[in-house]
Amino acid sequence: MSRLPVKKTYKLYIGGAFPRSESGRTYEAQGQNVARASRKDVRDAVVAARAAQPKWAAATAYNRGQVLYRIAEMMEARVPEFAELCSGKDEVHRSVDRWVWYAGFADKLAQVLGSSNPVAGPYFNFTIPEPTGVVGIVSPDEPPLLGLVSRIAPALTGGNAVVALASEARPLAAIELAEAVATSDVPGGVVNLLTGHRSELAPWLASHMDVNAIDLTGADGLRTDLELAAAENVKRVIVGKPDSQSLYEISSFLELKTVWHPIGT
Amino acid sequence: MTDLEKRSDRSPVPADWTYAPAPESTDIVRLQERYGLYVGGEWLEAAEHYATIAPRDESPLANVAQASEADVRNAVGVAREAAAAWAALPGSERAKYLFRIARILAERSREFAVLESLNGGKPIKESRDVDIPLAAAHFFYYAGWADKLEYAFPNREPRPLGVAGQIIPWNFPLLMLSWKIAPALAAGNTVVLKPAETTPLTALLFCDVVRQAELPPGVVNIVTGDGSTGAALVDADVDKIAFTGSTEVGKAIQRRVAGTDKKLTLELGGKAANIVFDDAALDQAVEGIVNGIYFNQGHVCCAGSRLFVQESIYEPVVEKLKKRMATLRVGDPLDKNTDVGAINSRMQLEKIEELVAAGKEEGAEIYQSPCRLPEKGYWFAPTVFTNVAQSYRIAQEEIFGPVLSVLTFRTPDEAVEKANNTPYGLSAGIWTEKGSRILWMAQRLRAGVVWANTFNRFDPTSPFGGYKESGFGREGGLHGLEPYLDFV
Repeated sequence: MSRLPVKKTYKLYIGGAFPRSESGRTYEAQGQNVARASRKDVRDAVVAARAAQPKWAAATAYNRGQVLYRIAEMMEARVPEFAELCSGKDEVHRSVDRWVWYAGFADKLAQVLGSSNPVAGPYFNFTIPEPTGVVGIVSPDEPPLLGLVSRIAPALTGGNAVVALASEARPLAAIELAEAVATSDVPGGVVNLLTGHRSELAPWLASHMDVNAIDLTGADGLRTDLELAAAENVKRVIVGKPDSQSLYEISSFLELKTVWHPIGT
Repeated sequence: MTDLEKRSDRSPVPADWTYAPAPESTDIVRLQERYGLYVGGEWLEAAEHYATIAPRDESPLANVAQASEADVRNAVGVAREAAAAWAALPGSERAKYLFRIARILAERSREFAVLESLNGGKPIKESRDVDIPLAAAHFFYYAGWADKLEYAFPNREPRPLGVAGQIIPWNFPLLMLSWKIAPALAAGNTVVLKPAETTPLTALLFCDVVRQAELPPGVVNIVTGDGSTGAALVDADVDKIAFTGSTEVGKAIQRRVAGTDKKLTLELGGKAANIVFDDAALDQAVEGIVNGIYFNQGHVCCAGSRLFVQESIYEPVVEKLKKRMATLRVGDPLDKNTDVGAINSRMQLEKIEELVAAGKEEGAEIYQSPCRLPEKGYWFAPTVFTNVAQSYRIAQEEIFGPVLSVLTFRTPDEAVEKANNTPYGLSAGIWTEKGSRILWMAQRLRAGVVWANTFNRFDPTSPFGGYKESGFGREGGLHGLEPYLDFV
């Protein structure tokens, strides 16, 4: 007798938990019923991200690098599952390698992006990069896995917490990723992943007054309206590349702090 | 000052110690009756003009052009035409032009200082010792970067953007011009700059420096006018907008460039916390508090307008502060002894008065330095509010005037929480003798610039700019180059 498989319920990932949308709605994508997040889910995710961000930023850079590396380990163990949900193995391998690359940057970016500044006066003056805080990410529709990883990895490397909207047409890889993240020692709330209609969700993310930056790489036709909404609290607007790996993808999610420390006897 | 105040022991300086006038001569400044627009190395006529005045006595100084939308478009077109040749110039040659500008500014520094104080109302002491030397230093610093850009950004090929539109405020007119123009030119861009409506004169005098430095025509273009000129510049065919000014206007600009590929940097308002711990050197801290809020009449985006004093030293700090305030000399900006000059404009004076009235109404206790204010012109006495709650408008909104709000805290954690309780995040100050506490606090304060045991210090090598609603992008230092470059 053949065994009936247990099917997965595809849910959101908010604050380290996997809730259904509070709205009770779903939509069908890739042959599955996927949670269709609401405005309130966006708000819950931002609250979770804000609560988790300071601790993530305060973790040592070495620790942050190790946790990000752990995501790569967890993904590597699920390559076949991921491959079915995106364009295939190559996309999965590149996504894993992308985490590894960013993991290794966590404890180097301050050295490359910071500076000590020879001011005219008795001060040790230095500039260091710091996370901007909570970052909203409208991730690209394609590639569904690598596009999402390419946008959230640099934000996390810099010490930010993220609320990301998954590919609308192919959201399953994002949920699979959430499961890898949940088993990777990433503190709950640092990564929040929402599935649903981006034209419904992105405006709430872009206009949320407790979001510091918004990545519109996947915003396409929504971009102008989202930028207009983002201006309300002077959000940093980032339009990056759906498939790139660069120190400067990290720095676009960072602030620079300059400190004048006195020198004296 | 009343007789009672004269006799009281509040003032450490005997009441009969008066300073003889020490006016700086204005002969060094030669103003034209009317100015046009500086475009393509020439002075173009404009259809409309307006009078720019001296805030110290409201006397008219000159008539300057009100650039129209067509004027701005023309200027941007001229800058566009000049862009390719300027970008193609070897960096070492661009550098030499900028070094020339730095040198000429230093040579003509007194002329600029006097004009800055005349048109803006700031004390000559400040324009002479701070604004103009820093402006020259800024050009000198960025001059050296022009042929070294590849060292600034590892693994990237920097290219100029093209034409930068730049809009600057009235509080540090020439210094803000240098913060904008120096990095833009070093990076190989051409610029169209709009000075603030009330303080166009040093920017117009700068055109003469451009001439003397023999800069190729069209590399630096100056268009004067009001907010509509600024809006026209934002909408024009520029590759980048750099704006320094209020958060309100900054947001409007961010909306205007939404959906375009124009690069944007904003340096906006602030409501800085200046935090004094009980182990601080109090007299030094009081000097820093005074410098933090009364420097340039408080017309400083990074002004230390919220003073947080640790509870145990609240009384001595406030007492020392009031004593020190009583010795501030308020008056003629052109007098070399003046500490606090004129408020920049009637509009700004009214805004300060409105917020101060709100502070009184909400229940804060006011103290104003017992100074005699001149009859003509725009003036506001150095003011401190005690008994201030965090929710009061004077503790929340940027006043941009010589008005300080005093609040208290008990623990370092509480200081951090209160200091960060604002939509702004431009600067902060920490006063303590404990080095580890300085760094602990500096880590937690959400502000782009943190001063420890000092305040309102600037240097061309030191990046400046805000967190949160104080804007984004940095000016100064290596990091100040990035907004003017494109990368392959």
